Amino acid sequence: MNETLLRTEELTVVFGGLVALSGLDLEIRRGEIVGLIGPNGAGKTTAFNAITGVIQPSSGKVLLGEDDITARPAPKIAAKGIARTFQQIRLYDDLTVIENVMVAGHSSVRYTVFEAVMGLGRFTSDEKRISDYAEYLLDLMGLSDVIAAKASALPYGRQRKLEIARALALHPTVLLLDEPVAGMNPKETKGFADLLRRLHSELNLTIGLIDHDMGFVMNVCDKIKVIDHGIPIAWGTSEEIRADQKVIAAYLGTAA
Amino acid sequence: MRVVQAVTGSYRAHVTRDRILTAAAVGLLLAFLWYADRTFSAYSIRILNTVAIFSIVAVTYNLINGVTGQFSLGPNAFIAVGSYTSALLTLSPQEKVGSFIIDPLIWPLSVISVSFPVSLIAAGVAAGLVAFLMSVPVFRTRGDYLAIVTLGFGEVMQVITNNAVSVTNGPLGLKGLYPYTTLWWSWGLCIFTVICTVRLVNSSYGRAMKAVREDETAAEAMGIDAFWTKTLAFTFSAFFAGVGGGLLAHLITTISPSLFTFFLTFNLLIIIVVGGLGSTTGALIGAILFAWGGEALRVVEEPFTLFGRDFPGVPGMRMVIFSAILILMMIFARSGIMSRREFSWQAAIDLGSALLARIRRTG
Repeated sequence: MNETLLRTEELTVVFGGLVALSGLDLEIRRGEIVGLIGPNGAGKTTAFNAITGVIQPSSGKVLLGEDDITARPAPKIAAKGIARTFQQIRLYDDLTVIENVMVAGHSSVRYTVFEAVMGLGRFTSDEKRISDYAEYLLDLMGLSDVIAAKASALPYGRQRKLEIARALALHPTVLLLDEPVAGMNPKETKGFADLLRRLHSELNLTIGLIDHDMGFVMNVCDKIKVIDHGIPIAWGTSEEIRADQKVIAAYLGTAA
Repeated sequence: MRVVQAVTGSYRAHVTRDRILTAAAVGLLLAFLWYADRTFSAYSIRILNTVAIFSIVAVTYNLINGVTGQFSLGPNAFIAVGSYTSALLTLSPQEKVGSFIIDPLIWPLSVISVSFPVSLIAAGVAAGLVAFLMSVPVFRTRGDYLAIVTLGFGEVMQVITNNAVSVTNGPLGLKGLYPYTTLWWSWGLCIFTVICTVRLVNSSYGRAMKAVREDETAAEAMGIDAFWTKTLAFTFSAFFAGVGGGLLAHLITTISPSLFTFFLTFNLLIIIVVGGLGSTTGALIGAILFAWGGEALRVVEEPFTLFGRDFPGVPGMRMVIFSAILILMMIFARSGIMSRREFSWQAAIDLGSALLARIRRTG
């Protein structure tokens, strides 16, 4: 069995008096695709935000391998290899498609400001490495034809793909996708599931994802965690989740 | 993959051509300066020097306001630090004794005297250091608050220059500086500044700055430390503002606190907004228009006769016109002359050939 890559222990987030997330134990092993599902307002995005340092957890721990990364600053966590996308697409609108991806190469840059200004040393080789990898990722995501376009000019579906390409440019050990197929039609969703599997095998990725499209989640995920009103209620494979009474109750309500 | 190669391939193929064209343009500029230096009047040369100094400061001010998107209102503070540092370092000990009549200048400044280039480097370093230290409180704030905090630091610097009499000579200022600033110094450093800034903007550090401007949360999620990125832009910008201040001091040869009020920042703001926030080319165009236009508009401040009546000259009338231009820009052309676009040889060649084609068709 593969080792655990990302683990949360009793991760809790409280906003004022509202418990947004309570005692989440999540475990993602190397090479797995793990889904995090639950009704609206269940605390899924809050969990991702607490893991990636966008918000500070109130208690609990986040571990990447053996490393305790709880409440570290977001850029440190990203540099350690947790990359993410956002529920509401957050691209750098005014930058070109390739620049968007190259931004994520910044933490791997070895040249200094002085070398950049003088065009010396590792500047040229680092820039070439970063732009080559960005081109490779854009090709993988099917975005090669719009490489010089502004990110804001892309249609919705391609902006989602660009966000993933940008996240991949961090060379992540864990990729967290927040509702990657939201707003896609069934055909696009199926195409995306195929793409995700291809990325998973080609780049040896470990993936955590949130989505409301049950068909998609059941289809691509090895394991699924279900949370409701901030509280974890189930954990298992898609068959186990489908049969779980608590999950059915959370989504459909219980008989009075 | 083929498309990728087509795009980047053509881009890379033009690198050599663009370098040659840039070198040629710099050569032409130097030839013009050589010609100007020998034949132009002292007044014209002074305007050319002012253009270069405003360009240095505007291009780097744009780095923090336009490229990094942090609305700073404090460049007057950095220019003041640079001016005073450089001036205090080039004056001879005897001159300092003569100038500081209220309070003597503190040791060791009273005995140090260095060459002009060394004083310029010191001016940049001093201004950069001040900016670096200011970063900690300044970048705890964002947006309007950041503007207010930087404005506040600019005012603090005013108070310091007026009251730290044993360092700055207070309201009397420093007089009798040697006019070291020649066309070669000002334009040489202007070219150097533009090259450094363009290279920085086109590096990974520049992309990080733009990412912070576009979406700070998304930038941090991609491993960019927003605080350090802003601090870098701020310090880099202040360094060159300091050098510009040193050049300015040795151009006008007399400096006093009234030279570095918020008014100076306001002028720079006009330059970069009219030029196009976020565009280095725009900042250059803005600086040229401002420094040259400022002189050309002097006529409006002179007494004039209209319909047989005599009107007295109104000092400050130019600023009314500049303000009106700024207001009109804000209403009709918010993104300025260049928007965020930059000059490129390819665009210039395309434009040139399109114009030629049109002339041929009509002619």
